[in-house]
Amino acid sequence: MSTQELTYIFVGLSFALYILIAIASRVKSTKDFYVAGSGVNPVVNGMATAADWMSAASFLSMAGIIAFLGRDGSVYLMGWTGGYVLLALLLAPYLRKFGKYTVPDFIGTRYYSRVARVVAVVCLIFVSFTYVAGQMRGVGIVFSRFLEVDINTGVIVGMAIVFIYAVLGGMKGITYTQVAQYCVLIFAYLVPAIFISIMITGNPIPQLGLGTASAEGTSVLTKLDNILQDLGFSPYTSGVKSSIDVFAITAALMFGTAGLPHVLVRFFTVPKVADARKSAGYALVFIAILYTTAPAVASFARLNIIDTLHDVPYSDTPAWVNNWENTGLIAWLDKNDDGIIQYGPGSAFSPPKPIFTDKKGDHGQRLIENKPSETSNNEIYIDRDIIVLANPEIAGLPGWVIALVAAGGVAAALSTAAGLLLVISSAISHDLLKKTFMPKISDRQELLYARISSAIAICVAGLFGIYPPAFVAQVVAFAFGLAASSLFPALLMGIFSEKITKEGAIAGMLTGLIFTFSYIVYFKFVFPEHNSHDYWLFGISPEGIGLIGMILNFFVAKVVSNFSKKPPESVISLIKSLRNP
Amino acid sequence: MNQNTYWRENLKLLKILLVIWFCVSFGFGIILVDWLDQFTFFGFKLGFWFAQQGSIYVFVILIFIYSWRMNILDKKYNKDNHSPK
Repeated sequence: MSTQELTYIFVGLSFALYILIAIASRVKSTKDFYVAGSGVNPVVNGMATAADWMSAASFLSMAGIIAFLGRDGSVYLMGWTGGYVLLALLLAPYLRKFGKYTVPDFIGTRYYSRVARVVAVVCLIFVSFTYVAGQMRGVGIVFSRFLEVDINTGVIVGMAIVFIYAVLGGMKGITYTQVAQYCVLIFAYLVPAIFISIMITGNPIPQLGLGTASAEGTSVLTKLDNILQDLGFSPYTSGVKSSIDVFAITAALMFGTAGLPHVLVRFFTVPKVADARKSAGYALVFIAILYTTAPAVASFARLNIIDTLHDVPYSDTPAWVNNWENTGLIAWLDKNDDGIIQYGPGSAFSPPKPIFTDKKGDHGQRLIENKPSETSNNEIYIDRDIIVLANPEIAGLPGWVIALVAAGGVAAALSTAAGLLLVISSAISHDLLKKTFMPKISDRQELLYARISSAIAICVAGLFGIYPPAFVAQVVAFAFGLAASSLFPALLMGIFSEKITKEGAIAGMLTGLIFTFSYIVYFKFVFPEHNSHDYWLFGISPEGIGLIGMILNFFVAKVVSNFSKKPPESVISLIKSLRNP
Repeated sequence: MNQNTYWRENLKLLKILLVIWFCVSFGFGIILVDWLDQFTFFGFKLGFWFAQQGSIYVFVILIFIYSWRMNILDKKYNKDNHSPK
């Protein structure tokens, strides 16, 4: 059977499984729809949280980014796991005690204010929509490469599947499909990693293989350091970014993770406060299995790519190079007309992303319009997003492994998309309609509105996937900065301080959000040519600025609270009850 | 009174665990990474290992320690016998 047929079977089977689960877990009440009736086993919830959390970015892109950044890639590894410590220790147990359905619900009640609730909804929608657009692109990439269908067809199929189980089953349907999706994605990530680790290092555990010395007496990392230095790169295990920037980016990702509504809401679904703590621990175990494998996958892939491409005649390259070239994610510009690929530091051409023409070159390569760059000998463009997908092919693994990875990529993207769509729809039906504008609707009507808003949100997300706005890819990483600077401080202070008033919280959230948003827009869209260390505030890049936004938020909230009327007695007793499991 | 001591013990535990959280990630993985790289650990440079592996293992352990200690605290103050609505 061909790889493509196998991929159809694997992806088709996984879809059938998700739909079966959805039908088995239909819901009838808003409590079931929003928080799965708060009856989810903590280990099961941990697994669902892991799938909810690990998106197309974690599954498809992260190892690729690390492969090219080396040690600087650690910001994603630490940033996207360290946030769970904050979540488990500072937020999850207390939000579970509060127990009422959504994150804006908590902010609106704790800060006794509709304005605070609406500000929280705005933050939530902004964060979640930028995030969901990235998932749809992930589904599109997998479909276009492995099933050779149009990207749009891929997005529509993905939307239809999410539609079925999110609208039908709400949080309950999403929870149990996420468990199945976790199993698919982790298996798909580990199988090729283990095979490749055995092939390169002889050690079946990738986490250990990375450090193991091979027969020649050097470890993979040392070998990679040497090869990269010979090619003119800086060594893999040392960093290029400044310490302060690495610090700020890691912090923004950590605090942002702890402030992401679609992750927080998962902890509303367990029966008890103690379960919320335990569940966060299990969630991180399930996440860590992938996150500790990723750096191994990254360095094996970098090594394999150099082996297969550098100093190899284009006509001798394996079939995968050609396949990815056809999807536009690999491009080769034969600058010195020798028919051999040279790989090195710097972009091969400008602009750095290839613009393809219809013509073919002497060696059969796709020709591009880009100008060759004078300063670099590099001749090849490799999109970072293909590393995980191409890894099994690069290592020459059998077709079923490749098909499995395709199904895993789709699972990662769909599970996160569903979680995000649920928080968007519940913020609209519960916080905007029921709690703000239409307080008289019944439980059944609210459930209907929840289903309708979830259907609309899916369509909007699909449109983002089909017509990706140019800024989406750049903005996804910033969702974290925005969550860190707006939602996280409001939640933390809401639990740990009795003194913060509604005026303080609203002023803090708006300061954090507006400051972070403006800084990002200024450097990414208004003056992108200034986006370098010389112009940054304290040397912090837009990716890390959420840390400063968060500090401003805390400061403003504290000062404004000192000058406003104390929170009412009912709020003080709410805080006391939160602290009492 | 009972409630206050429970909360204070919780805060004390939080402080200890968060100091460790900060040390392994921001401390060992970022600020001291170059200095730690002079040592080797299972074939890794130590700073690099903390940045890409070790910090994550410690995070997992921290959460389970918190969960375990809080369950003990909950029992001590009779807090573990009802589930909130």
